[in-house]
Amino acid sequence: MDIQAYIETGILELYVYGLLDENGNREVNEMAQLHPEINNEIISIEQSIVNLSTSFSPYLSSENFSRIKARLDIKYNKVVDIRTKKYFPMYIGWAAAILLLVAIGVQYVRLDNAGKQVAVSEIEKAKLQEQLVTSEIKNKATEDALAVIRDKNTSVITLGGQAVSPQSYAKVFYNKATATVYIDAKGLPEPPEGKVYQIWALKLNPLTPTSIGLLENFTADSQRIFSVDKAAGAEGFGITLEPAGGSASPTMEQLYTLGKV
Amino acid sequence: MTQEQLLPLIRNKDERGFTKMYDMYSKSLFAVISNLVKDREEAEDVLQESFVKIWKNVESYNETKGRFYTWILNIARNTAIDKLRSKGFNNSRKNLSSDNFVHLLDNSNSLVHKIDMIGIRDFVKKLKPKCIQIIDLLFFKGFTQQEASDELGIPLGTVKTQNRNCINDLRNFLQV
Repeated sequence: MDIQAYIETGILELYVYGLLDENGNREVNEMAQLHPEINNEIISIEQSIVNLSTSFSPYLSSENFSRIKARLDIKYNKVVDIRTKKYFPMYIGWAAAILLLVAIGVQYVRLDNAGKQVAVSEIEKAKLQEQLVTSEIKNKATEDALAVIRDKNTSVITLGGQAVSPQSYAKVFYNKATATVYIDAKGLPEPPEGKVYQIWALKLNPLTPTSIGLLENFTADSQRIFSVDKAAGAEGFGITLEPAGGSASPTMEQLYTLGKV
Repeated sequence: MTQEQLLPLIRNKDERGFTKMYDMYSKSLFAVISNLVKDREEAEDVLQESFVKIWKNVESYNETKGRFYTWILNIARNTAIDKLRSKGFNNSRKNLSSDNFVHLLDNSNSLVHKIDMIGIRDFVKKLKPKCIQIIDLLFFKGFTQQEASDELGIPLGTVKTQNRNCINDLRNFLQV
């Protein structure tokens, strides 16, 4: 068959226009399968007529596209692919920006909190160190007191209650060698406001009282063990209640306890 | 995109298939429809109907029936003619408006579109009036060769070749 002559009959145009019957369509289709020139000719005719008609189309608003699309049974799973690709950088960009801001915010708050916690920790550390020092001081004092009490030269003098307060008692740990004196005042009542216990070392012949200290911070020290001044050659000890600051000589009416070495 | 690439997408009801098909052919079909159905809103309805039919019935299309474009062109033309019949137009295509597709240029109100058309207007001036008539009847209105022969008063045997010559002019102009 002369292919060019076949083409020149104009049957391919009618084929593209859709004017052939079923047999005509099948025949041209077979020819197109056999001869690429025919197939190419068909495609060119189609292209020219599509171009021509497209050029003559009245204005077609984009609403038509959406309206038609809404009426079709479309599988959207693949649409998502396209859209994801299309808008991916945009979404990612915004998401990343928001995430970054949030992260910065969170980090800032964390940093701020951490800073505050460090400050709190510093304060707590200082407090603990203070407590430690206090404890060490107390411990040292207790150890000192214990050492004095355990010393073979230390004698324990029990001061008995006197007329003002018969129930009261006190103990004096007196080291004759070093003359150090510790008072255990557990058996004394709490002094009233504005008053303080004063410790006296006594010489008996003649009776001479010498002040060796005040039991200040009486209520604050729960152990009620007090170190007072040295009392060389003391023969007895007495405790009186005196106005705050103490007195030059003991107020005998307020003598709480008394005892001999 | 060739029809061999387009068809699998449409058969899968893939959204890309519709978008591509709409891009490629909607204006072409809308021109054919508008040349038959003059009212803009009705023409838009016919276009919509046509795409719904195409989408629904794509399984019934196969290559032995002709080109895919030809298949959808027939659907659009037939839907438009059905619309005219429903409005009381006579069955005969000869009663269709005597306007040919060139009048569509005057009806278009899009400025952008008008700019696109400058080249087409030049082309229309070059295209023989006989060619405009014959392409209008055969392609746009789907007349049979016999109907076109009667309408144009030319021998039946020359309709096909005259049309072929006109399409060759068109292809020279478009360089297709």
